[in-house]
Amino acid sequence: MAANAAAALTAVQRFGLGAGPGDLNAAARDPRGWVASAIGVAGQPPEPSEAPRAEDGLRLFLTRREVLRTARPAAGAAPMANGMAADPPAKPSFVGPGEVLGKALTARLETAIRTPAPLEERLAAFWMDHFTASASAGFTGYFLDAYEREAIRPHLFGRFAEMARAAVLHPAMLFYLDNRNSTGPGSRMGQSSRGRRGLNENLAREALELHTLGVDGGYTQDDVIAFAKVLTGWSVDVAPDATGDRLGFFAGRHEPGPKTVLGRTYPQDGPDQAVAVLNDLARHPATARHVARRMVRHFVGHGLPGLEARIAEVFRRSEGDLGAVTRALIADDEAWGPPRKVRSPVELLMATARLMGGLQQPPPARRVLIAMGQPFWAPPSPKGWPIEDDAWAAPDAIKTRLDWASELAARAAPHTDARALLDTAFGSAASAETRRAVERAADGRQALTLLVLSPEFQRR
Amino acid sequence: MTHPVMRRAVLGGLGALFAWPYAPRLARASGRDPRLLVVILRGGLDGISMLQPVGDPAFAALRGADAGQSVQLDSLFALHANMPKLLAMFREEEALALHATHTPYRGRSHFDGQDVLESGLPRVTTGERTGWLNRALTALPRGERVAPPKGLAVSPVVPVIMQGPAPVETWQLQRFRYADEDLVARLLDLYEARDPKLAEALRSGAMLDNVMQATPPGQPGQRVPGRPDFVTEAAAAARIMAQPDGPRVAALGLNGWDTHAAQGTARGALSNRLGALDDALGALRSGLGPVWADTVVVVVTEFGRTARLNGTGGTDHGMATAALLLGGRLKGGRVIADWPGLAPHELNEGRDLRPTTDLRAVMAGVMVEHLRFPVRAVADVFPDTTPVRPYAGLIRS
Repeated sequence: MAANAAAALTAVQRFGLGAGPGDLNAAARDPRGWVASAIGVAGQPPEPSEAPRAEDGLRLFLTRREVLRTARPAAGAAPMANGMAADPPAKPSFVGPGEVLGKALTARLETAIRTPAPLEERLAAFWMDHFTASASAGFTGYFLDAYEREAIRPHLFGRFAEMARAAVLHPAMLFYLDNRNSTGPGSRMGQSSRGRRGLNENLAREALELHTLGVDGGYTQDDVIAFAKVLTGWSVDVAPDATGDRLGFFAGRHEPGPKTVLGRTYPQDGPDQAVAVLNDLARHPATARHVARRMVRHFVGHGLPGLEARIAEVFRRSEGDLGAVTRALIADDEAWGPPRKVRSPVELLMATARLMGGLQQPPPARRVLIAMGQPFWAPPSPKGWPIEDDAWAAPDAIKTRLDWASELAARAAPHTDARALLDTAFGSAASAETRRAVERAADGRQALTLLVLSPEFQRR
Repeated sequence: MTHPVMRRAVLGGLGALFAWPYAPRLARASGRDPRLLVVILRGGLDGISMLQPVGDPAFAALRGADAGQSVQLDSLFALHANMPKLLAMFREEEALALHATHTPYRGRSHFDGQDVLESGLPRVTTGERTGWLNRALTALPRGERVAPPKGLAVSPVVPVIMQGPAPVETWQLQRFRYADEDLVARLLDLYEARDPKLAEALRSGAMLDNVMQATPPGQPGQRVPGRPDFVTEAAAAARIMAQPDGPRVAALGLNGWDTHAAQGTARGALSNRLGALDDALGALRSGLGPVWADTVVVVVTEFGRTARLNGTGGTDHGMATAALLLGGRLKGGRVIADWPGLAPHELNEGRDLRPTTDLRAVMAGVMVEHLRFPVRAVADVFPDTTPVRPYAGLIRS
């Protein structure tokens, strides 16, 4: 029973969003089966933001630009004909990327509270980070709700190659890693620009280094350049006078001719060339190693080379069947060891929301995540968030969690029984010290704060 | 398990319990108390936009029309015009620039480039690694200290440069009301019993907050439209470092230098960012106040950018770039460069400024002349390398 209580806690914390009411009991009967049962179950997709499709994100982007352009008073504008002063210009109104992100975060916290398939939410977050497109750059934030819905979620248990194609060629990624401006020097547009437009290697490099092969995956600078040429044409047309499609493949930008990547020559021309290269990259053994390593380190922790190798082997043999890979991870004994990793801030918020049935605002969850060092969907680089086991255990980070929880608990304490929540959260797997700290707390606020900051709740 | 003694001590004031456990004296014999702050410009600074080689005839051909205004420093180099505070430090010989600098890294990945810059190792490492600033902390001459000195990272998480055995504080601006001391003490008891790593983190975090509550940082910098705010964190770093018993070694990261498209050297994103950096350097100087005279600020980036603008008006990942040293004791007012030239045949792979100055030698020079490291201790900080010969003559004795 004690062993099962510990395994049930691992099930809900390592492979889920932490325990909500009843979760531990449900998991205790068969912890691995409980996790696996979430595979293929329709969960609870987050409510859409203002921009659940890439087209919506683009429309908001163009609207913002148009509103700002027309709001700008023309220099030396003549006074109005009737001699009266013009009304002061109204504050330009448009939906900013921050609003889209705020709504997307709120929707995901709501889902975290209620979803019957928390593993799905954890996988969506993992793959969003693997294929990082970050709101920290430009207007990528407009496209991220759509990115997760269109490129990530449909493939959580599907083929890695399909997810890689959908992610690398999605408008969010084309925006974030500058491919929308990349132009083949020999393309129609490149030729007519007389050198003003050219190649941008950013997406090609990160797709090799971060999304597929990994930095030690054996590619060269020549491969990067060739792949960048392959990717030309995949773009977003934001020109004010554009007619026709604004998203997708633009033949006029595409560098014509066959290209050689990793020793293989791709004769296709047009959009199929990028698809063919990505398909090959997705089934490369280096990709299996790189993806398996990241998955193990994200879900379980560092220092598990045997587990990494076994998952990589499943990835390779199944040709990147992510359902098989996920099942193999859940089924492996080494994935069920004691907790290693400190929860990231967004995981901490989701776990707190699921445990308490909601998060009171203010402060808005977006601000909380900024304070904790993990602004929502806005990691500082294409590498995504740090993955080390104790990356989030920095001094100020832990103290900030305590300060946040103490504020939260002050508002929640009058209608919350921390001792009952302790049983919901950990069951009999709570340590004696944590149980004592919660039971002997001076008041309900302290009790709830200590529960949220307890080692059992901070690590998974 | 509770620790009544500890509880009482905390209730008596966090400061009393958490005071840095060493006497704040480095290089005591010489009556000096040196401090070192490393500012990392993440993303790859376009060095020839900040420190423009206007005396190289190839520069005008590469960038002339897009380079904007600059102020001549010597016959070869000019400083971007949006950096008046740095220029003033130059004129007062408190700033020194280096050009065509580089780490041993020769690839084009940010992450590997930052890894090499921060780990101080000659090549990319995987897995657990320590940062050279942390190793410098453990190798610092101790004086009368009873424990190794602590470092400071102005960031929510410890960056690679500060990772390692020596204890490191992190700090960022406070956004919630501080939890009360009894709560901190109770949680610390729980962590002591169950999770030493979290205990160490909480103790350090609570102590820093205590310092900052006693002396809050100055006003945030005046916001200039389009200019990122680097001042607030720089001012806080200065404030913490200026504490009599504060950390002596610190790292501060400023992001956003990866200018792949429409970089705006003359007017635009990069120009604004250089202005923001200038504001931050000014805030460091004023915030460090009396200890500015005993501080060296090092400004570095993982690599430079391509010499030519790319097809989208930006620059891609390149090779050598510029670095800065600031501080009251510098032999400043100079640009140090073994200039490799920007003519097509002089470029690395036909595209980048060629590296001629090893940043590790510059850092080693700062360690020996400023932190009074024995020369042989340099190999502990930059190991596995052919001996790095420390740069001489950077600091006034």
